[in-house]
Amino acid sequence: MISQIFILSSKGDHLIYKDFRGEVGKDAVTVFYEKVTALTGDQPPVVMSHKELHFVHIRQGGLYWVVTTTADSSPFTLVEFLNRLTTLIKDYCGSLSEKSVRMNFALIYELLDEVVDNGYIQTTSTDILKNFIQTEAVTSKPFSLFDLSNVGLFGAETQQSKVAPSAAAARPIMSSRGDQGGKSEIFVDVVERMSVVIGSNGVLMKVDVEGQIRVKCYMPSCLEMRIGLNEEFSIGKSQLRGYGAAVRVDECSFHQAVKLDEFDQHRILKVCPSQGEHVVMQYLLSDELPSAPPFRLFPTIERDNGGRLLMYLKLRCDLPPKRADREPCVSVCSRSPSLSQELSSPDQKAELRAETRAVHWDIPRFPGGAQLSALFKLEVPGLSSASMMEVGPVGLSFELPKYTCTGLQIRFLRLTPVQAGSSQRWVRYVTHSDSYTIRI
Amino acid sequence: MPYLGGEETVKELRRALSNPHVQGDPLRHRSTVLRVIRVMSQGVDVAGLFSEMVKACATTDVVQKKLVYVFLCSYASLNPELSLLVINTLRKDCQDPNPMVRSLALRNMTNLRLPSLVEYVQQPLTAGLRDRAACVRRVAVLGWAKLHSLQPHADIDAAVVNELYSMLRDNDPVVMVNCLRALEEILKEEGGVAVNKAIAHHLLNRLKECDVWGQCEVLGVLQRYRPHSEEELFDILSLLDPYLLSPSVPVMAATLGLFLSLCCRGLPAVSLAALRRAQAPLLAACGSASPEMKFTALCHVQLLLRSLPGLMGEHYKRFFCGYAEPAYIKQRKMQVLVELVNDDNVGFVLDELKGYCTDVSPDTAQAAISAIGRIGRSYSDQCLEILTGLLGLKQEHITSVVVQTMRDLVWVCPQCSESVCEALEGCEDTLQDSQGRQALLWLLGVHGDRVSSAPYVLEAFVEQVRSEMAAGVKTELLTATMRVFLCRPAETQDTLGRLLHYCIEEEADMNVRDQALLYYRLLHCGIEETRSVLQGRRSDPSLGVLIGRPAEPVSQWARSFNTLEPLRQCNAGAESAPQAAPYHLALDPEPSLDLCDPLNPSQDRQETAAESVNLLLPGPSAGPLAPGPTAGPPAPGSGGGQLGLSLSPALSPQQFEHLWLGGPQCPHGEPGAREEEEEEECVCVQERMGVSPALQCSPPPQLQAALQRSHIQTMAFTPPHTLPWRVYLYTHTRWGGPAPRGPTLVLGELLYTGGAEDQEGEGEGGERGLRVTAKQRPRDDEAMKGFLQVLSGALHTSSTGSC
Repeated sequence: MISQIFILSSKGDHLIYKDFRGEVGKDAVTVFYEKVTALTGDQPPVVMSHKELHFVHIRQGGLYWVVTTTADSSPFTLVEFLNRLTTLIKDYCGSLSEKSVRMNFALIYELLDEVVDNGYIQTTSTDILKNFIQTEAVTSKPFSLFDLSNVGLFGAETQQSKVAPSAAAARPIMSSRGDQGGKSEIFVDVVERMSVVIGSNGVLMKVDVEGQIRVKCYMPSCLEMRIGLNEEFSIGKSQLRGYGAAVRVDECSFHQAVKLDEFDQHRILKVCPSQGEHVVMQYLLSDELPSAPPFRLFPTIERDNGGRLLMYLKLRCDLPPKRADREPCVSVCSRSPSLSQELSSPDQKAELRAETRAVHWDIPRFPGGAQLSALFKLEVPGLSSASMMEVGPVGLSFELPKYTCTGLQIRFLRLTPVQAGSSQRWVRYVTHSDSYTIRI
Repeated sequence: MPYLGGEETVKELRRALSNPHVQGDPLRHRSTVLRVIRVMSQGVDVAGLFSEMVKACATTDVVQKKLVYVFLCSYASLNPELSLLVINTLRKDCQDPNPMVRSLALRNMTNLRLPSLVEYVQQPLTAGLRDRAACVRRVAVLGWAKLHSLQPHADIDAAVVNELYSMLRDNDPVVMVNCLRALEEILKEEGGVAVNKAIAHHLLNRLKECDVWGQCEVLGVLQRYRPHSEEELFDILSLLDPYLLSPSVPVMAATLGLFLSLCCRGLPAVSLAALRRAQAPLLAACGSASPEMKFTALCHVQLLLRSLPGLMGEHYKRFFCGYAEPAYIKQRKMQVLVELVNDDNVGFVLDELKGYCTDVSPDTAQAAISAIGRIGRSYSDQCLEILTGLLGLKQEHITSVVVQTMRDLVWVCPQCSESVCEALEGCEDTLQDSQGRQALLWLLGVHGDRVSSAPYVLEAFVEQVRSEMAAGVKTELLTATMRVFLCRPAETQDTLGRLLHYCIEEEADMNVRDQALLYYRLLHCGIEETRSVLQGRRSDPSLGVLIGRPAEPVSQWARSFNTLEPLRQCNAGAESAPQAAPYHLALDPEPSLDLCDPLNPSQDRQETAAESVNLLLPGPSAGPLAPGPTAGPPAPGSGGGQLGLSLSPALSPQQFEHLWLGGPQCPHGEPGAREEEEEEECVCVQERMGVSPALQCSPPPQLQAALQRSHIQTMAFTPPHTLPWRVYLYTHTRWGGPAPRGPTLVLGELLYTGGAEDQEGEGEGGERGLRVTAKQRPRDDEAMKGFLQVLSGALHTSSTGSC
């Protein structure tokens, strides 16, 4: 049961406030903001309590999305609801940021009114909501340099903002009524998140790939879509491995609405996509990769005579030559106060950031098969053999467009009934690093 | 936060709203209303515009209507009279042919929350229940719940309740679920909806039609249902089984909650099976992209592990921390990792944790170090190696946490003390914070005899005591210096004198001064008295068990599953700061000894000391029947009551040697037989024990821990695999029960000569045995018998355990 929902900016401005049950005063917003800003780094922020009142909140798009409740409710439901709410608002407003929420407050109030009544979640399906929602979204320019509000507080969010594969799908689902839009498009995205730990000896210590097939649909009506996956797609460890490039995942789950009658035979998913974004399938591969991990690092760390730490990093990209990585960033933890550097190409840059105490090495473009190197000289006061232990681990963050590390591909995408000319189908692949750690 | 110039804005908006030109132009009218809502959500008080907004409500533009309703619902309670004006428009809208307008009007009518309007609302609500459109029925059903909460004491018409019950069979699943919700609220005092068999089965059958949120709600209500037969129960469970693997986490959690509430009383095996089945989706949720969902899932994994320890042992890699994860998730993952450690993965887990110890966030680094300390209770050698290595970094915050962790580790694993004492050398220079220094002082005090530099480190501390701010450090310094003084008087006497002088004469903190005075008086009572007060146990191995912990029954936590409680508990846990610290305070017996002792004569003191130790440390050997640190079988003979062994007062090696050599000598060469030789009040006994020779191969720490559990302190060992193998040990006996007798001191030697003695053919047919020589003073035969029984019991368990 939900007492209130409110959305705050990271600075504590009230963007949206809606009270559903009249049990709690409006000062709850202030109480919440005081509590959340008073937390120290290690305290879990998700659930906070003040007397009889409980706050459950998530952070998305640099905003606090808060639910208050008085009774003991299911945390899974509340967190999932908030996540769903953010997707809904993103669908309707085009993007998720302080600016878009400010501009579309009327639309958001309207949505909240239909989604929750008397504190009970009524529906979050765009199929039903489209009959009720009347306000049209106001969109701003797709991106402005000054709009930094979507930079998150926690590291995870900055990663999050990179997830959005491109700006093409960042427009409101309702604008199709407007004059400029009218394009009935459908996007099918295969998004994979890698979390990898590579030991100091180069051995792969941990690999997890979490993948999703997301459908973002702008079509007002679509009866059925058939998504064909690789025919040699297999689930589970026990299955016999044939020759050739089998695509294997350990676990796999589907959205409620997916019909699987052709899945066992032909690996075809049947969905009737509703407007907006939905996760159709989720899968997980752990402990092994079909191909080599995309990046290898060969670090050498030495002390020179002048009491400096020499860090020679050689980074190799093991992707097929045509693939290129978009703006990978390497960061190495160290406590050194100053740095001098020699990089292999002038368009790269490296800096020492005080707040994370790490050297960040940004590489604008990294084609497959290439090898880059960098030499960092770090001044470490009181250099000892123990200081070597403090260097590392190396973290890589990257985004690989048009690449899936499980090898999952979409063979075809068919819509029935076949729509007249205007419908466009897009399939996009992206792999990004959830956490790619290389120990030194 | 009110904006400056809010009044100006309100005035301007009022002018615009009452402007007939604006009212005539729908688009301009709408945009003005929009502006009102915008300033309202920015926090400006726009209550003054109420009457203008009421007029704006009468429009055909649905968007504008919705906006005005947002305004009205926020301010209606401030203007109950004016709100009456709206009700007419709303009632008219309830007749509108468009179902959307009808539902909108009905919803906002009930959202105004004005008790004075109730009479006008009831009729449209009744009509709404029978509306053709499902969206109106959904609103109407919940409308009754809102009405009830407006007037909690007024009885709702029984006809309405009946109608709501009958609407559980409505075609629309949302209406059905809303009926459940409304009835739950209206009938709250009667305990909510009466879930009988018919309703339960109806709900179960329609579960499929509901969306995710509805399913959660229905599963929650079903928790109250009690099936009539086991057959019915299993039918329900098998129907629900697919929902356990639902891709939607809330549904999975609600289903698991229902499983637990249905089975945890009668069928614990079924609920455990359900937990195992739900493991996969829960693990998937732990890897969710949303950190909040991850956190929620992790907290619930911890709950599961209470009943199924080591459940996800083979999936330990899933709990490795990501590079950019927020600190609170990392900490929770480490807590889970500690629980999952087993022989196979300990190396990998420690390797991973070691990587986190140098994390840039000090919180994460601390959590990682404490996690290693926890694992150290079971795998001490590997963990100590890592911890010692970390000291080499000479980082302030790392050293502090490592020393605290070592203190906690030594308390539960006495076998670590040797290596900890070695590692301590030199780390006092790096320590800055008071927590870390307290831990160091405690270690120096308790193990001062093994750290060669201890008196000099303390001296350095004493020299800077004037600039010391933390009272905790000063008290710890006092105790530590006293303890080191007891074992190394020559080196410490001067330091102690200066410290006591400072604390008594100059110290401003009352606690510190009082404690110094207390120690001062104690020293006046004599060195033996002081020793018996200050030198208590150095460890309590019984607390160290991490693996093989008994599993809790599911019913212990089933109630809090899928509630906010597990997530909140974490909050409380985090507030009490460093993970390991709190229990340490509770376990350290010293403070209570220091406070209660000086006034009692020595005999009583020993009793209280022993008892307070026991109160604080209910070890496994001190069962509820045997108060005091007793162990082993009840005393033989009738006169005794309970025989207890106790470790305090502690003996120093020198004292032991003195007593051992000065005591009665046993005639050698006649083992096997029991020989006694009286000399004043002392007695010496020799006996053979048929203990397997494997004992001799067992590593000293293990035997030491085993004996300590029986309250026998080992003094010295020969290294394993050497012949002859000797162990020296001592204990104090104490009679509990109705017939108290004086305590006695028992010194013992275990001697194993291996094959050499077999050839002599003496003893019981050449049996490989262990010769026990025990000396007691004053003499008490029954106590001696009891001691020998306890000892042989302890040796047997430890020798069988070690192989």
